[in-house]
Amino acid sequence: MRRVVVTGLGMVTPLGANVETAWANILASKSGAGAITRFDATDYACRIACEVKPADHEYGFDPNMRVDHKVQRQVDPFIIFGIDAAGQALEDAGLVDASEEQRLRIGVSIGSGIGGLPGIASESIVLHEKGPRRVSPHFVHGRLINLISGQVSIKYGLMGPNHAVVTACSTGAHSIGDAARMIAMDDADVMLAGGAEGAICPIGIAGFAQARALSTNFNDTPEKASRPYDKDRDGFVMGEGAGVVCLEEYEHAKARGAKIYAEVIGYGLSGDAYHVTAPHPEGSGAFRSMEMAMRKSGLALADIDYINAHGTSTPMGDELELGAVRRLFGAEIDRLSMSSTKSAIGHLLGGAGAVESIFCILALRDQIVPPTLNLDNPSDGCAGVDLVPHVAKERTVKAVLNNSFGFGGTNASLVMKAI
Amino acid sequence: MSETADRVKKIVVEHLGVEAEKVTEDASFIDDLGADSLDIVELVMAFEEEFGVEIPDDAAEKIGTVKDAIDFIDSKQ
Repeated sequence: MRRVVVTGLGMVTPLGANVETAWANILASKSGAGAITRFDATDYACRIACEVKPADHEYGFDPNMRVDHKVQRQVDPFIIFGIDAAGQALEDAGLVDASEEQRLRIGVSIGSGIGGLPGIASESIVLHEKGPRRVSPHFVHGRLINLISGQVSIKYGLMGPNHAVVTACSTGAHSIGDAARMIAMDDADVMLAGGAEGAICPIGIAGFAQARALSTNFNDTPEKASRPYDKDRDGFVMGEGAGVVCLEEYEHAKARGAKIYAEVIGYGLSGDAYHVTAPHPEGSGAFRSMEMAMRKSGLALADIDYINAHGTSTPMGDELELGAVRRLFGAEIDRLSMSSTKSAIGHLLGGAGAVESIFCILALRDQIVPPTLNLDNPSDGCAGVDLVPHVAKERTVKAVLNNSFGFGGTNASLVMKAI
Repeated sequence: MSETADRVKKIVVEHLGVEAEKVTEDASFIDDLGADSLDIVELVMAFEEEFGVEIPDDAAEKIGTVKDAIDFIDSKQ
């Protein structure tokens, strides 16, 4: 089987619009949460989110860096975030100027959980108020989930597989796992893979709040709201942004002298077959997903040093995931660290698994694991597990596992190691 | 330049993201300003909104240059 390594990273997050800024802020225990600024949320049960900051902010995002003005006008935020993160990853990998022959073998698979929700909502209002002749001709292709992959392919001339995963909050992890398989199966030599989301809009916040998924008890102290494993957690905080990795066949990367961050060695997927929003009460889907990824990796359980948890800060989900980790790892759970970076940047939904995989890769690179913020009083079920409360922790990190679980009962786990 | 021309030019600059100097009256939307067929549909919609005129599809198809747009709008006002 062809081996797959990571040779480029890119991200747009509420704590920074590039990898190093976001990582530095994560390690400094900063929070990206705040009051919602995109719209007047006064009448909403949830009035907070982790928004990507504007260009003039200390760690804001300037869409003009990599996205044409015309494209910016035509597409929803998730596509803009995705194009920029993909560009970062391609630049980091040193493949922006790849030859035509190389570009025939470079593909893109960047998905999203929801896609262009803000634009669907706003154009529906245009249709209702002004009629069909006022609906934008760019309405459809400015909202479709596979249009990050489409735009990136057009912008950089990438002619390999062009794909997009849609598995709710597992999208980013599935994208990386599936794209790694495309390389292993010889469909491509290089894949830009990841996920993006930009659904902080009235209908998005209202919908998730009505599903009782969002935190509503911390509207006056937004930075305290995302608190995975803490007794007072009451739902997730909506985030936005994108994460993209450049995956590459190992010999291809070695031959061109590419910088290699990590190797993708295990990928597991499963379905809960239980409920549309609630996780399986025994965490069986999460367990099987992790178990498959570990089996494929060929590692022993004792080899995993760090788990970046799905850990969204919902009352049910966090402990069920932890229970599944406990059952799988048994006594070996004592020697690993597990944290949720959603405590800092919120839940990026379709972007989460990709951004969090990058944090795992950076933990491998820097031998430090990111913290779980706001973990003041761990739930009873958390005893004996190092959840890295409040501050980052230096430690040996040779292999990592990343979990992502989504609505519909869809689970993905990735195992990566240093090379 | 007429008032219509100024307003047309502003819309073209905004929608196509081109430099104002390039938007001469002779400029072709597709050949000189990088527009595609969907951009033209969007521009026509913007002209309709801005000037309160209706530009039917058969008339829109004949608008190839900035001057064509200005002339059509002036003829309706």
